[in-house]
Amino acid sequence: MTTMDDARKLKIAGQFVSALPFSRALGLELVSLEGNVCEMRMPYREELVGQPDTGVIAGGAVSALMDTCCGTAVLIHPEAITGTATLDLRIDYMRPATVGKDIIARAECYHVTQSVAFVRATAHDGEGETPVATVAATFTVERRMPR
Amino acid sequence: MKRPEPVQVVKERRDKALRRLVEAVPYVQFMGIKFERHGDELTAVLPYREALIGNPMLPALHGGATASFLEISAIIELSWQLLWEEMESPENKGLPVGDHLPRMPKTIDFTVDYLRAGLPRDAYARARVNRSGRRYASVHVEGWQDNRSRLFAQATGHFLMPERDAR
Repeated sequence: MTTMDDARKLKIAGQFVSALPFSRALGLELVSLEGNVCEMRMPYREELVGQPDTGVIAGGAVSALMDTCCGTAVLIHPEAITGTATLDLRIDYMRPATVGKDIIARAECYHVTQSVAFVRATAHDGEGETPVATVAATFTVERRMPR
Repeated sequence: MKRPEPVQVVKERRDKALRRLVEAVPYVQFMGIKFERHGDELTAVLPYREALIGNPMLPALHGGATASFLEISAIIELSWQLLWEEMESPENKGLPVGDHLPRMPKTIDFTVDYLRAGLPRDAYARARVNRSGRRYASVHVEGWQDNRSRLFAQATGHFLMPERDAR
């Protein structure tokens, strides 16, 4: 794999993510792609706040970031997956995200069968060792028809 | 014997309390979620907008939009039950609820089960609090679109309840 290929892949995936209306509404930005790992950023914005008394970002917004990041990790998996949809996604919130900080999700599609992709992910805000949240998810696998 | 309150006064008080709760949360406004109230029962409504789409090819609602909708439904239901208790308690009856921001629970974990693709039309959700203790609550949420019995997603979550005296 050359750097040229990686840069091209990142550009295509970046266009893909910004073509999804809800991801665009949340302001999601693709950070990196490597093998079966995807990193994505959600910049801090006041309209995404879920706890009015503290200014902490809504859990639902973090879930949406994680779902998008996980789905992209499935699509970039070396096996030719042409489409995917979330079957199940569990998120554990370990601590509130720091107010004013961007959240970065890192998703790894660690196993793919004929019909199911398994993904785990963490979300971080750059503060300390403990992630903000972790995710375990399963996705559908759609493949191009064999020629 | 004390006469019952006029129905309009009761309704106005309850609607105002619900409006205050919902309008206090920026992300609820961002999502465009509304709440319909019948007595103490709430139904969350997610009016369809193009911005909620995840897969423009189908098109289908974004999984993250569905997750957000169900989680907001659960949190507002729990907060509403706390608010209702406060509002309808014998010592507060007939008085407007205080000016403090609503006490809101924090999500510990949330699991969404995607049953079918979310269609590009309005979605509805209702949350059922299966257990609500002093510290923890367990909530189940059902989401549907055209048919109440054909759910497009459901979810279960655990929540950390706010301190009773926190204002």
